[in-house]
Amino acid sequence: MSPSIQRASPETSSIRPRTIFLFDPLLLFAAVGLTICSAVTLHGAFGSSYSDRQIAYAGIGLVLAIALAQIDYTRLREYRYGLYALLILSNLSVYVIGRSALGAQREIPFPFISVQPSELGKILLIVSLAAFAVDRVRYLHERQTTGRIMLLALGPAALVIKQPDLGTGLVYVAIVLTVLFVAGTSWKQLTALAALFVTAIALVLIIGPAIGVHVIQHYQAQRLEAFLHPSSNPNSPGYQTNQSIVAIGSGQKSGTGIAHATQATLHFLPEAQEEFIFSVVGESYGFAGAALVLALYALLIWRALRILTMAKNLYGALIAAGILGMLMFQVFVNVGMTIGIMPITGVPLPLMSYGGSSVLVTFIALGLLQSIHIQARIASAGKGRALLS
Amino acid sequence: MIQPQLPDDRRPPLTPQLAVRITVIGGCALAMFAIIFFRLWFLQVLSGDQYVAQARNNRTRQVSVAAPRGEIVDRNGAVLVSSRQTVAVQIVPTDLPVPLRNPSISELEHEPSANVAVFNRLAGVLGMSTSRQKCKVVGYEMVNGKTVELTYHPRLSLVSCDVAQAVYQLPYADATIATDVKRDVLYYLSERHNEFPGVTHPQVYVTSYPFQDLAAQVLGYVGPISPAELKESEFQGLPENEVVGQTGLEAYYDQYLRGSNGADQVEVDSQGDPIHTLPLKPAIAGNTLKTSLDVKLQQAGQASLAQSISGNAPAGAGGAFVAMDPQNGQIYAMGSYPTFNPSVFTKPISDAKYKSLFGAGTSDPQENRAIDGLYPTGSTFKVITATAALMSGTWGLDQTFDDTGQYCDGPGSCLHNSGHAAYGVVNIVQALDVSDDIFFYNLGAKLNVDPTTHPQGGALQQWARLFGIGQETGVDLPYAASGNLPTPAWRAKVSQEEIQYEHQHHTGCCTIAYPGPWTVGDDVNLAVGQGDVLVTPLQLAVVYAAIANGGTVVRPHIGLDVENSIGDKVLQRIDPPPARHINIDPPYLDAIRTGLREAASAPGGTSADVMGSFGKPVYGKTGTAQHNNENDQAWYACFVPATATTKPIVVVVTVEQGGFGAIAAAPVARQILSQWFYGKPGPYVAGTSTTL
Repeated sequence: MSPSIQRASPETSSIRPRTIFLFDPLLLFAAVGLTICSAVTLHGAFGSSYSDRQIAYAGIGLVLAIALAQIDYTRLREYRYGLYALLILSNLSVYVIGRSALGAQREIPFPFISVQPSELGKILLIVSLAAFAVDRVRYLHERQTTGRIMLLALGPAALVIKQPDLGTGLVYVAIVLTVLFVAGTSWKQLTALAALFVTAIALVLIIGPAIGVHVIQHYQAQRLEAFLHPSSNPNSPGYQTNQSIVAIGSGQKSGTGIAHATQATLHFLPEAQEEFIFSVVGESYGFAGAALVLALYALLIWRALRILTMAKNLYGALIAAGILGMLMFQVFVNVGMTIGIMPITGVPLPLMSYGGSSVLVTFIALGLLQSIHIQARIASAGKGRALLS
Repeated sequence: MIQPQLPDDRRPPLTPQLAVRITVIGGCALAMFAIIFFRLWFLQVLSGDQYVAQARNNRTRQVSVAAPRGEIVDRNGAVLVSSRQTVAVQIVPTDLPVPLRNPSISELEHEPSANVAVFNRLAGVLGMSTSRQKCKVVGYEMVNGKTVELTYHPRLSLVSCDVAQAVYQLPYADATIATDVKRDVLYYLSERHNEFPGVTHPQVYVTSYPFQDLAAQVLGYVGPISPAELKESEFQGLPENEVVGQTGLEAYYDQYLRGSNGADQVEVDSQGDPIHTLPLKPAIAGNTLKTSLDVKLQQAGQASLAQSISGNAPAGAGGAFVAMDPQNGQIYAMGSYPTFNPSVFTKPISDAKYKSLFGAGTSDPQENRAIDGLYPTGSTFKVITATAALMSGTWGLDQTFDDTGQYCDGPGSCLHNSGHAAYGVVNIVQALDVSDDIFFYNLGAKLNVDPTTHPQGGALQQWARLFGIGQETGVDLPYAASGNLPTPAWRAKVSQEEIQYEHQHHTGCCTIAYPGPWTVGDDVNLAVGQGDVLVTPLQLAVVYAAIANGGTVVRPHIGLDVENSIGDKVLQRIDPPPARHINIDPPYLDAIRTGLREAASAPGGTSADVMGSFGKPVYGKTGTAQHNNENDQAWYACFVPATATTKPIVVVVTVEQGGFGAIAAAPVARQILSQWFYGKPGPYVAGTSTTL
């Protein structure tokens, strides 16, 4: 096909009555399905105060997503510097005005909900990082480009890890790696990056402590230690993992039913409504329930992958890639943690875990995906028209 | 054109490179889901049964059932310490609305409001203050593989402070907020248990002390086991919230007194409330310890000692007494002043209360001065000097000495008798009778040997060592001191330390009375129990027991036997063999005894005006020792031997800063003897002798 395909006309970015029907219904179905699963689980195990709020967050998120879907995401490219500055400043502001929740400064208090800048930062990072990559589209094969984009992501990641929120910081890293991968960074450079990360991890975990430099927090080191050397002692840091495995395992094929989910409801699993919600699903609804939730995530990821391939421009493709990386990483790390194949990090399960920030941010991400989908459909429709005429 | 200034990002069609990469991502996603599915299949379908069993175990909790500790009784069966069942109000930190697991100090200071609400509600019910005050929290942390003790002083409410202290002492330990809670408070808590999540009120056993402060330091008290103790072999396998003996007999005989906790299996409903209790293992009560103590004698001794101290010593001074069977070392009574009521340790004690009871300015009531109070003995030491001089042939029974009233070892450095008395020509018996210092200074000088060839000293040190000076008595109590017997080798060592200290700090330290090399003056001092010799009252009682029984150095002990909890079966007898027997020639022993007897009865004897009128033959020696540049330490050591009675007894009394032994110490000994032989302490008879 010739490079002079018809560009989207300026009108395509305005809301036109029929464009709203060009969204991806399966993506919406997956999101709503997961929200319902979350609400049902929260209601059964922890009461309506949790499920009602979760539904309210999801409602607000859905409205935001629909609004975002109507906008041409391509316009966000203009604001890349502003968005990146917002990412840095909001994460810095936590250190000044953040409210300490269990020893961590992660939230900025607003009248109704507390917003975690690190959560919102995922979207800001994806949108600005994709824009910076597109800026250097002709130099993507160069080492400097790769290095620069990596640094642009690692800066905020370091700020987040210091808050301390190791899990979200790692999500940032997952985002930048996926963006670079899809943008076309050479395999050689990707290999070099991988080697660099292995070295960094060795430095942080082994050499750093040996010479008295502690990059990660004590509790994080303990959790890692617990993962590497699991213990049956319920008083040890491996306690949560063990209780989670017992919860999921005792669910068997069809689950104990929420009324008999003793692991979740009798507080053997602490904070189960947040990071360990998947354990509650596994215990209450068994393999069947867990498989349903996983199927919905598979649908979500498949649609995101498909939107990535159909995006009308590289910017859309890279945004989709960032969102895809974020979703895949969070699902794998969170579910992996509950079944004992990943160490415990505070990564929420998208749409399932109780919490306003996470739900809102996931819906915003899905709104962006829908926007990419709608714009691609509009572009191909325009293209079709052009071919027809 | 959308944005002319931006580089063109028009999308070429899916390039082969991008297609490959998207396939890779898709493959990753597929692999990820495959791993999760297989793991879930393994956990839930293949090994689900095993986890169902584990989850069920989680639902039924094992609850420990406290066992009562054994009793401690006196020689006649009077209960000194018993275990009493009561109800305690406790907080289970992990069951609070926001569970506490290894919280940091700042998290404790900013306790979640849901927990604070429970704490404050409970404080209101128990009538405790909710205002924040300084709270001492001692925690233990692993630093480089070592357990390090750390102390914090956060400002917390009283309930919060109890919880903080408990979780910092041992994670997952329950915090006891109150014991002996009134019945209506318990009803209130039971009826409204939904308002008090994490608050429990289990039946517990607390130790009770029917005689309050009687023999407090001897009996000791119990307390929760510390992390350091948990690692010791004798406490192996104990649960983390076990209560063990901390001091005194409670600590020494802990393994017998400590019962074995039982266990109940408790099933909890979906609210976490117990619905079913199944006994698994019964609790086994601890054994009873029968002691050689005599409650009446102990009471008389403590009362008399307190009276003497208040009459003779300045505020803050302490004292001690020991009454013992000279034949076998059974201790009839052992007292230390000031004392305390151990029941203060049966409930949580606030920092302020602890300080007011045991802090600075209280003269340390927990110290058992009878076994770890170290003092120079003064003239009571003269029996050892006399034995050494006679047995080594340095002095003979018919040898006399002309006491001119002063002893000089050089021009201008002369020593005198108390009150500058001059006793004229005296033999060794008369010297003991009147406590002639000049006579014994002379013996000390004669007993001195060349320090370079005899680093462990001469006959004086040899005999003091045989009597047990400078060595542990082997008494069945923890923290007994061994004291100090000065020798040339010892002096060389501390002088060296003193020189090093001065070199480093440019100021003298205070480890020895007279710094410098060993001189004849050291033995001159030692001969009258002065200088650097340090002895506990119990050690002196062992010395006088040996004089009374003819040379057997007994092992003093308080435990008599261990009986089962009902008291109908003796499980173990406690009858330690004597440490050794020393051979003192009978004529010499008789001479020393005669000196002691005359001192307590003949006109002019140092304690004759106190003991002369007593109905049994008392052999006694006064002592008045200079100590720490304070008022003199008063001593009295005496015995009624087995040859004169069927219930022989040796009594040692000391009063810190009490002045002359005949005035401050001997009257206490007389009341103890009177109680022992006649069943009543009788009048307090103060002596007048101002000899040393």
